[in-house]
Amino acid sequence: MRNITLSQAVNEALAEEMRRDPTVFIIGEDVAEAGTPFKVLSGLVEEFGTQRVIDTPISEPGFMGIAVGAAMTGARPVVDLMFGDFIFLIMDQLCNQAAKTHYMSGGKLSVPLVLRTNLGATRRSAAQHSQSLHALVAHIPGLKVALPSSAYEAKGLMKTAIRDNNPVVIFEDKLMYSDKAPVPDEEYLIPFGQAEIKRAGKDITLVATSSMVQVCEKAADILAAENISAEVIDPRTIVPLDEETLVNSAKKTSRVIVVDEGHQSYGITGEIASRINEKAFYHLDAPVLRMGAMDVPVPFSPVLEDLTVPTPEAVVEKARKLVSGEMIHAA
Amino acid sequence: MSPVKKKTNSEDYLRMYRQMVRIRVFEDNANQLYLSAKMPGLTHMYSGEEAVAVGICEALRVSDKITSTHRGHGHCVAKGARFKEMFCELLGREEGYCRGKGGSMHIADQSNGNLGANAIVGGSMGIATGSALRAKLQGSDDVTVCFFGDGATAQGLLYEVMNMAALWKLPVIYACENNGYSEYTKTEEIAAGSIVARAEAFGIESFRVDGQDVLAVNDLAQKLVGRARRGEGPFFIELVTYRYHGHHVGDINRDYYRSKEEEAIWKERRDPIVNFGKWLTDEGVASAKELQAIEEEVRADAKAAVEYALAARYPEAAEVDMHVYAATDPDTLRPGA
Repeated sequence: MRNITLSQAVNEALAEEMRRDPTVFIIGEDVAEAGTPFKVLSGLVEEFGTQRVIDTPISEPGFMGIAVGAAMTGARPVVDLMFGDFIFLIMDQLCNQAAKTHYMSGGKLSVPLVLRTNLGATRRSAAQHSQSLHALVAHIPGLKVALPSSAYEAKGLMKTAIRDNNPVVIFEDKLMYSDKAPVPDEEYLIPFGQAEIKRAGKDITLVATSSMVQVCEKAADILAAENISAEVIDPRTIVPLDEETLVNSAKKTSRVIVVDEGHQSYGITGEIASRINEKAFYHLDAPVLRMGAMDVPVPFSPVLEDLTVPTPEAVVEKARKLVSGEMIHAA
Repeated sequence: MSPVKKKTNSEDYLRMYRQMVRIRVFEDNANQLYLSAKMPGLTHMYSGEEAVAVGICEALRVSDKITSTHRGHGHCVAKGARFKEMFCELLGREEGYCRGKGGSMHIADQSNGNLGANAIVGGSMGIATGSALRAKLQGSDDVTVCFFGDGATAQGLLYEVMNMAALWKLPVIYACENNGYSEYTKTEEIAAGSIVARAEAFGIESFRVDGQDVLAVNDLAQKLVGRARRGEGPFFIELVTYRYHGHHVGDINRDYYRSKEEEAIWKERRDPIVNFGKWLTDEGVASAKELQAIEEEVRADAKAAVEYALAARYPEAAEVDMHVYAATDPDTLRPGA
């Protein structure tokens, strides 16, 4: 096993799938020679040419719509949306067109496309380049949503996404593009709807998505030094969601915090917490807690921005209170 | 009618006539289903615009694609759909083209290359352009026609995708059905300048044609479809036409936005079916009696299809959460697959 960056992992996944299936192509802004601002796609245009790595004008709804039409007629486009924040620009094409076509046509048409985009604050990019908007699309039936937490997941989930016959939105953590992780030399895919227990524990469950997996692993290290054994679970895909693994862990540890970088209100944390409450209520010793990003637009100033995202220390503090029984009646 | 060269084979003409009659008769029946409260929801009538859909679709083959609009029954019929599955869809029945899940505004018939009606005004412009990109990437010479109304020219998406279609020389024809009204508003109140000039600004060859003259529409469509197949696209056509009914079937009192006199002029003088029928008899292609027989046959077909659909089964309750996601063969998700 070698260590490669998340960028390299995504690049490898795309190259492998493009070699495997001639109907796969990439479309988006500055995806060819530029290889995107994050250089994730570097080298692909050299191998596959401009017919399969297609640079577009700055017209997000336009190229998203074009990808939907190409997917409906037999291609497997991978749409590159430079920043997750731009998802607001393409909502009609993604949510009214791509997501509903299979259903509205009674199963006759399908839209096998991947929307690659990103999430994550603390890059000092301010309110329109820092949001984590996966809850918005997870709300829409017909879309699948994957949240890779390392290079390993990024590669395996991307390959599955491309082969899936539905529109799949993958949010990569843009702060993780140069983080390395062990990735097998041989081909592998990660099935959707299978959570991974990143670390086993018995006192508390930390359900963490994407960027928050690292945060919760650090929190678990700190807690371990205090003799609190935390289990860290990464759902990997939030649609479909592996409810069983989460509920079983909750039943085992009796205490759960759900940590996600989307805004806390009406977000992923609330949804997962509810599902655990509904299925593990009698096993719980305390309310399931949510930790999301603050409900504010992401501020520019670093001192302010850093306050908006859950940190290992903040998770540790909540976990301590939950385990000691302080938070049974008040979160 | 337009002075196009008469074909030696009258079959093409009679098929066009029949298709226009089929659209009119379909809409008459759909309207009746609405008025008699047998059809859930509402619908948007294509009556008056028949020459547009038929003139264009008669220039296409089955593997060519179209995208359609909320006013889409005409496109669906013209591209080859059958009455039975269409009425079943309008009535929400299991045997509808979309198993009753789409209804009037989402009717799709992929077996004939109809990628579907769209209830978002302008919503299918990206889809049509993407279908054309797919054909080009695949090396196929299929052409895609994007039908939309004058109202949809106010959507920004059109200009984004026309820009890309022109840059990439895609085999797509943007067919703007200008029926004079953007829902309940005169088009001149919502469209500044010239509609055709907007497409020309992208370097797209653009045309304006009498949308009530099926031969003129078909003649232009034949030429442009042929050229698009040879990689000379994209093209833009503004088809000047008229909507006989209101925006939708429930839009009965229209005096505040258009006069009865104006409606009467179009219906009495410019009806695409009446005028084409007259041309066919004048030219000796068919007798009035033969045309009458076509209409009677179509009406009988429609009646039978409506009766069938009214008696047809609704989908089982178990279908409600079926088709949210397409199945993916697990074998394809294995390494080495």
